[in-house]
Amino acid sequence: MAHRWKNDLTQADVTPEAAYLNRRHFMAGLAGVGLASIAKPALAEGLEPNSWEEITSYNNFYEFGTGKGDPAEYAHLMKTDPWTIKIDGMVDRPGDYGFDQVMSEMTVEERIYRFRCVEAWSMVIPWNGFELADLLNLAGVQEGAKYVGFETLYRPEEMPGTQYPVLEWPYKEGLRLDEAMHPLTIMATGIYGKPIPNQNGAPLRLVVPWKYGFKSIKSIVRITLTDKEPPTSWNQANGREYGFYSNVNPEVSHPRWSQASERKIGGGLFAKRVPTLMFNGYENEVAGLYEGMDLAKFY
Amino acid sequence: MPVVDHLNTTLRKLPSWVLYAVGAVYPAWLLYQGLIGGLGVDPVKVLEHEMGERALQLLILGLAVTPLRRFTGLNLMKFRRAIGVLTFFYVLLHLLVWLVLDVQILSQVWADILKRPYITIGMVGFVILLPLALTSNNWSIRKLGPKWRTLHKGAYVAAVLGGVHYVMVAKGFQLEPLIYLAFIVGLLAVRAIGSGRSLLRKSVHG
Repeated sequence: MAHRWKNDLTQADVTPEAAYLNRRHFMAGLAGVGLASIAKPALAEGLEPNSWEEITSYNNFYEFGTGKGDPAEYAHLMKTDPWTIKIDGMVDRPGDYGFDQVMSEMTVEERIYRFRCVEAWSMVIPWNGFELADLLNLAGVQEGAKYVGFETLYRPEEMPGTQYPVLEWPYKEGLRLDEAMHPLTIMATGIYGKPIPNQNGAPLRLVVPWKYGFKSIKSIVRITLTDKEPPTSWNQANGREYGFYSNVNPEVSHPRWSQASERKIGGGLFAKRVPTLMFNGYENEVAGLYEGMDLAKFY
Repeated sequence: MPVVDHLNTTLRKLPSWVLYAVGAVYPAWLLYQGLIGGLGVDPVKVLEHEMGERALQLLILGLAVTPLRRFTGLNLMKFRRAIGVLTFFYVLLHLLVWLVLDVQILSQVWADILKRPYITIGMVGFVILLPLALTSNNWSIRKLGPKWRTLHKGAYVAAVLGGVHYVMVAKGFQLEPLIYLAFIVGLLAVRAIGSGRSLLRKSVHG
């Protein structure tokens, strides 16, 4: 199991914590004298992972509020132990799977992925996790299953943001089965080798690196195999703006903003926008999944 | 109302340049914070949002001056010009942050203004405010005479556009922008009812 996909980023690309802390000081010092623009190291050319602070302080997790800092402030209220994932629908072994039980069966590896939010900002995140395919195989996907639906925990007393009807709770997401089984699709349980913080979707969340971030549903409590396209929260809230597929695509605009370029988080005030890549740079790996489909229609 | 009287006395002593000074220092301080990492990991969005939200708050304050005086006796009349000019200044900074730091690409900026309704609406609001800011001086008031009052009613239109712009930016169903819009519409309604009444009074008294 696992290691079916070869990472083009390696451990060497992960900035050691001490180094990025140093760099922050360095940058802050330079910024003070107005030299921030020359402070970017050459590594930033390609895919330098964002710092722990950036990844864990700037989140969209509307169950804890709509501000980017709200999840970091309130997500500690969420109890993640014990945690069970209900796997049901078209599977051979439906049931409640304990988080520890799942972890004992999975091979955790590191995946350094680009992360592109539908709001046109991006990060690079060194996830730790296992392939979703392995979890689905654990439950045994039945013949005829075509889609996978996911649900986030909905516990209003631990999630202050859910008192507002920003979206329909619980948060729901979905994938086509072939997308779910793709080796790039993982369940992340850690970042930088540490357990994933609550604001990033503890104890386990989906990561589909070629789709907009909101597809990568957090704090999953239910996985349902079906033969029909499952309803998804953002699509229900505004189908014109958020399609079921939501593949990163620089050529298909969000109705309210262009998706042609993105702002890389961590570059400071004067960071240049960079062009957004087709399928977020994973075109070689995933374009085949959508052969013959009109991506402007199935956005 | 002794509290209001006290406030009015204190406010009378406060020169309006203090408002201009505070209003000018705040964005500079934010920019500095952005440079030294004090605005979190996405300083561009914080600056953009902060300037936009402060502009809306100033718009609301400006609209509230007359009703506040009528219903509570609180007199902010002498600060109204400063509030108005600062509103425009913050809208301008909001626009500049969006243009220079956020979108960056000029062709993209034009495309957005033409293609994205919430940006179109925001831009129209800005264009309406521009002549208002330029004529916020005694010379213009003298020169334009009664036309000045008519021109400056544009602030009402800009306020509604600003509120709608904020509502349209929000993702999902969010309360805060709706509260802003409700304040704006509410204050305009109070004004409309008020002026309706005074018209009535005028006609009764011939």
